[in-house]
Amino acid sequence: MKYADEFRDPAKARALIDAINNTVKQVPIPNDRPLHIMEVCGGHTHSIFRYGLQRMVPDTIEFVHGPGCPVCVLPMGRVDDCVTIAQTDGVIFTTFGDAMRVPGSKGSLLQARAAGADVRMVYSPLDALAIAEKNPDNEVVFFALGFETTMPSTAMTILEAKRRGVNNFSMICQHITIIPTLKALLDDPQTKIDGFIGPGHVSMVIGNRGYDFISAAHNKPFVVAGFEPLDLLQSLLMVLTQLAEGRAEVENQYSRLVPEDGNTEAMRAIAEVYEEREQCDWRGLGSIESSGVRFRKEYHHYDAELKFGLVQAQVADPEICQCGDVVRGIIKPTDCTAYGKQCTPQTPLGALMVSSEGACAAYHQYDAAGIDH
Amino acid sequence: MCLGIPGVVQEITDREAFLAVVDVSGVRRKVNVACVAAASELDDLVGKWVLVHVGFAMGIVDEDEAQKTLELLQALGEVAEEHEAMLNSPQP
Repeated sequence: MKYADEFRDPAKARALIDAINNTVKQVPIPNDRPLHIMEVCGGHTHSIFRYGLQRMVPDTIEFVHGPGCPVCVLPMGRVDDCVTIAQTDGVIFTTFGDAMRVPGSKGSLLQARAAGADVRMVYSPLDALAIAEKNPDNEVVFFALGFETTMPSTAMTILEAKRRGVNNFSMICQHITIIPTLKALLDDPQTKIDGFIGPGHVSMVIGNRGYDFISAAHNKPFVVAGFEPLDLLQSLLMVLTQLAEGRAEVENQYSRLVPEDGNTEAMRAIAEVYEEREQCDWRGLGSIESSGVRFRKEYHHYDAELKFGLVQAQVADPEICQCGDVVRGIIKPTDCTAYGKQCTPQTPLGALMVSSEGACAAYHQYDAAGIDH
Repeated sequence: MCLGIPGVVQEITDREAFLAVVDVSGVRRKVNVACVAAASELDDLVGKWVLVHVGFAMGIVDEDEAQKTLELLQALGEVAEEHEAMLNSPQP
């Protein structure tokens, strides 16, 4: 337990670890594997690795790192679409820094910039709108990606563009939604997950009620969690307590920030601007029904896909990649034959090696630092 | 991109656009506050801690929570990254 010294409150960390040790003894463990507890969010994955939580908990518990890193699951075809638009005359292409490094089949946006395209990193979609106002002769395109955490920011930026009458501004919408993704994971008979640590900031926007099907239809505990290591340990304990008592409920460990009904104003903006997309492609997981959104008809004027007559590029993931099996809890990152060989953070082949919040990149980073998992 | 960063609301600069200046660990940034305050509540925001996601305040937090979050972001190496992104981008 020497690692607990790094915690803000080591005594509390030790007490939680003791409680986890005691509680897990009352949980039925599968014969052929440890308990699989999935943290859905990439921010949680990062925190779990940074604080070495896996090695603090008993061997009978294994964290499975979920699909909740939007940069990681960005399909190559979409990056290619962005590069195509960025290379169009008169276009100023903008996006978050994370998205610029993701490789497509024709390179990344960063490489497109090096080759002469006007690609700019922005902190906020509002900054992209400001660029559009300052450059009325150019078309400014923002690449909008992320789960419900970032969706309010792009929806409200579109509403602001409309209010200000800015017409040389559009977005490529690659927003994805968490509930259909969890549904697809749970409907797959190969998935081996015993309980969930639910995303904090997504839930701050959408609230907790959407997760009810996980307990009701799939009989799995789901605990919405904060990001600090003590939050994660406490959430793990809440999941284990449910399993020990034979309960499967949605609980909220992060109630200090997550209201049951989410953020009303944010949800209003999302509903005003976006509607469900029938299918959405994910790197590593393939196409998932209803897992994305697109612009409502009233906002087609801001849809870069329509403005540029874009036909979405389809690029298959490299055959060697087993990212889908990793996020379903079927294999660990190190079980993949490409891990650390063809696929490294410098030369990522698969989704989970692309961003520092991806499970494989985190394994690799902390492997290199000589820390076991 | 996904983790929010806490900051203190300094002043309301554009009521129609719901913009406020927020001090994020020493970096002053214009932030949209429509998700945490109605038009009539804007003045009450000044002095409060908010969690800022890509230029939008998404929740009000107390100071203790804000400090804990900043420590975590510091440990994850994300404060410097957020600052760099804020400083290298034009403001609304």
